[in-house]
Amino acid sequence: MNILTKWLRSYLPELPVDDRQLAEDLTLRGIAVEGEFEASCGGKLYEMDITTNRVDAMNHYGVAREAAAIYGVPLKPLAAADPIAETQPGAGFPVRIEADDLCGRFTARIIRGVTVRPSTGLIAEYFTALSQKPISAPVDATNFGWLAMGQPTHAFDLDKIEGGIVVRRARAGEKLQLLDGTERTLVADDLVIADEKKALGLAGVMGGWDSRVTDETRNILVEAAWFDPATIRASSRRHLLHTDASHRFERGADFAIAPAANNLVTRLIIEQCGGDVTGPLVDVIIPALAAKTAARLPIKLSVTEVQRHLGTTLDGEGISAEIIERFLSALGCVLSRDAAANTWNVTLPSWRLDLEREIDLVEEVARVYGYNKFADTLPTFTGTVIELPHSSQESIIRETLRGIGFSEAISSTFVAEHEATAFGDAQSGVVAMGNPLSEEAGMLRPALTPGMATMLAHNLHRDVADVRLFELGTVFTGSTTQVQEATGLAIGITGASAATSLHSANDVLFYEMKGAIETLLAKFSGTVTFDAADLPTWIEPGRGARALLDGAPIAWFGELASAEAQRRKLRQTCVLAEVKAAILLTAKLRQPVSRDLSRFQAVQRDFSFVFADTVHWQQIASALNGLNIPELQRIAPVEIFRDPKGKAVAAGSYSLLTRVVFQSIDRTLTEEEIATWHERIVTALTTLGGTQRA
Amino acid sequence: MSTAIPELSTFDEQDLDRAFAALTAEVREQAKSLRSDEAIEAFRLNWLGRKQGRLGQISAAWLKSAPVEAKKSLGIRFNALKALVEEQRAATGDADARTASTLDVTLPGTAHRIGVEHPLISTMAEIVSVFQRMGYSVGLGPEVETDFYNFESLNFPPNHPARDTQDTLVVAGQDAKPLRDRLLMRTHTSPVQIRTMLEQAPPLRIVIPGKVHRNDAADATHSPVFHQVEGLCVGTDITFSDLKGTLDHAMKAFFGSAVKTRFFPSFFPFTEPSADVQISCIFCGGKGCRKCKHSGWIELLGCGMVDPAVFEAVNQRRIELGRDPVYDTKKISGFAFGMGVDRITMMKYGISDIGLLYSGDMRFLEQFA
Repeated sequence: MNILTKWLRSYLPELPVDDRQLAEDLTLRGIAVEGEFEASCGGKLYEMDITTNRVDAMNHYGVAREAAAIYGVPLKPLAAADPIAETQPGAGFPVRIEADDLCGRFTARIIRGVTVRPSTGLIAEYFTALSQKPISAPVDATNFGWLAMGQPTHAFDLDKIEGGIVVRRARAGEKLQLLDGTERTLVADDLVIADEKKALGLAGVMGGWDSRVTDETRNILVEAAWFDPATIRASSRRHLLHTDASHRFERGADFAIAPAANNLVTRLIIEQCGGDVTGPLVDVIIPALAAKTAARLPIKLSVTEVQRHLGTTLDGEGISAEIIERFLSALGCVLSRDAAANTWNVTLPSWRLDLEREIDLVEEVARVYGYNKFADTLPTFTGTVIELPHSSQESIIRETLRGIGFSEAISSTFVAEHEATAFGDAQSGVVAMGNPLSEEAGMLRPALTPGMATMLAHNLHRDVADVRLFELGTVFTGSTTQVQEATGLAIGITGASAATSLHSANDVLFYEMKGAIETLLAKFSGTVTFDAADLPTWIEPGRGARALLDGAPIAWFGELASAEAQRRKLRQTCVLAEVKAAILLTAKLRQPVSRDLSRFQAVQRDFSFVFADTVHWQQIASALNGLNIPELQRIAPVEIFRDPKGKAVAAGSYSLLTRVVFQSIDRTLTEEEIATWHERIVTALTTLGGTQRA
Repeated sequence: MSTAIPELSTFDEQDLDRAFAALTAEVREQAKSLRSDEAIEAFRLNWLGRKQGRLGQISAAWLKSAPVEAKKSLGIRFNALKALVEEQRAATGDADARTASTLDVTLPGTAHRIGVEHPLISTMAEIVSVFQRMGYSVGLGPEVETDFYNFESLNFPPNHPARDTQDTLVVAGQDAKPLRDRLLMRTHTSPVQIRTMLEQAPPLRIVIPGKVHRNDAADATHSPVFHQVEGLCVGTDITFSDLKGTLDHAMKAFFGSAVKTRFFPSFFPFTEPSADVQISCIFCGGKGCRKCKHSGWIELLGCGMVDPAVFEAVNQRRIELGRDPVYDTKKISGFAFGMGVDRITMMKYGISDIGLLYSGDMRFLEQFA
């Protein structure tokens, strides 16, 4: 909301600071001035940002009260809100509060014989400065009322009211045309101001069209009331009507101020439009609601409690009893001191429904004293520091993947339903959102691979063809009754593939992924194996594998299935991995052990064999390891050749160059023993069905 | 090319040195002009040729006639010369390489790919480590929370706007459950404060990094997914001035010792008194610039003293769980603070669109390599 300093100063004749300093001091006390502009009426216009709990400061008099407390200067009483004597005798207007749990107070007064015209004078001047749209003098008077003192009021065309006022719950399905011209269908939880026949307005939110003040209006009923905050908030939300009135009522208006607000508005209407105050001010109060608001019981405040919470001040004096009394009194509290106990009984101001407990008063003291006048101290600590049990595993995962060229990314927590189905595990279940951000974000991600596929697509669609990413994050399974969270890991690869002597261009991305997983899992203790069993459907058939750590599945990886790739318009091969990182977080890290390095020469021998495609590397490796030659230090495939024409190597078979390295820790190897081992290896490979090439 | 073999008058060290120095100089000189296959072949024949090769001649002329005691010293020099010849010949390589025998040092080096730490993750880790050094343990909690942990225990009234589905993402099918058991995406890391206090008695200090979600439409500064770091310090006689001192110290540790802090009253349901903290602008040092909107200050943190209602909710829950209600509001006090990691990251690196943090865009990430 906006505040005019000229208006403020009318309540603060002794204000000792200029507008700049005032803005700063208010801001430092939580009454934040976000912007300062020249005001057309003179002085400054402050753009305020006032926290929702301080509805009392969302008006000029409220801000003035804060300034009075800060500087210790007097706050002028609101003379315009003083009682008004009737100028024409008459009966008070009949008012009945039917919904006495929702409306705590209702004041009504009749003004007869007005001439509706535009506002002049101070109202017009302030409204121009505030860009508040002028409507007509009576309506402007009600707006001036809340701008001045925070209390929304309403002016009815008295002649449109049939019988007396009834404050009641709406009838379900009841129709009401509001001031904005729209017709609303009400529900039984809405509160309406009605007459004997019909609803006149949506209480606390917006007045009705039919009973509005028009140029023809001659007689006016001025209303100022107090409504239950939750009810007004619900109505405001239900009808998507956020008004200046609802903003204030839903945060808790001042129960005590209704008559004063009615007086102020009445006085302004008569000044602007003439007319007679007819009969007394009717003021219906529901005591049960008064007891919850204006007539709350005093609360106890002790000096030691203030000091225990607030600590040391910059001047070293701490917060004294005098400081507490000065600030709280200025804010409208009434303090009666029990000197012996060093405590007070504090009667709370009716406009501060946010104050309920001792701690609220502690905060008020700190706030008005000034937060920045407290010292910077550091607490002593005797507790223990507890390390997260899996923080080193998490760091190792990140460091390892970064070390081999994968960058960390973060994707959305939500996936589309079809993604949850395609990438999730039906047995583990998936969790739907109740109010999804969009149709594409209807489920909690059961896996990180869909997000990874989305990120690969993001890059490819922006002509970034070469991508290496990983994501470490939470995956969600279970049901809407019980959600299970676990840490997941996805790895994504696309682009920059060149055939090697071992891997063809088609397969090289798969092997890059396998290598990444091998490198990662090698950081953990346990035996790593791979197979192609039970692969999920998001992996293209025949193009994926599964990694197992000590026999338990831990990662699934392979080329994204063509259906998924097409859905995402991916025109190049993407290889993804889904890793159960949760297992790794609790797994033992591999403890490196150093061994002696041989001083003796290593001898390398190559074996070129042709095998049928059905013979896999694992069989070859285990056959050679099975020879139990301790000096056989390394076995590696170095070249694979297939001849698409089937000439050099027959179709259905491949030529494999295997390299072995012999080395002894304690001696130079002799030609004879190498020859023996060579022979055994040839025999073993031949036994596997291999044919040695010339 | 020379074919003469110098005469060796004696085989003493000086003569040998002189003779081999001359030969070495000759090899180097000739090697300079090896620009064609013919020249290389001539060089090879001159030194290594089987018949006229000078090394062979030297071997024949000198090694054979050398006295026994000089043979070793001569042999060492001879081998060095032979190695030099072979080295020079090998260095010529093939014809293509010879034409470009000098390096273009302005060509880019081989591109090595290194994985990039996500700027959010690194910023979050840095913030956490500042507090770890101040004796804070790290706490984590679930991203799907119940209303109890996310709202009720943190003193949010039942009809608080934050509870509305307009602000909070909720899990489907919760209506049949009691309000406190309904599942939602946590909107802040504060539930971990409660979870920690249920498990541990005071004194405690924890720092809580984590991912949170809100029902916000995505734009340049809003993302439905974002990250917070939260802290909690509870004990006897923890005061507001301790909160001020702790955050002032932490901000200096994170942004540099020249940074100043100032505190403003604010409002959070779970702290009282509550404050917003500004730091002096890290870009202009407080003079005022575009980044701080010419105020000299940047808003960075929310904080406050733990509201006694939170301790009471913890005590109540502890009793329900059969634990002692050890958070006696008459003795125990504490402070909590929280900050948005995304905003700090964006400010630190000048990132203009929060969406980039969640895009996996390689062009974006590789800037942080």
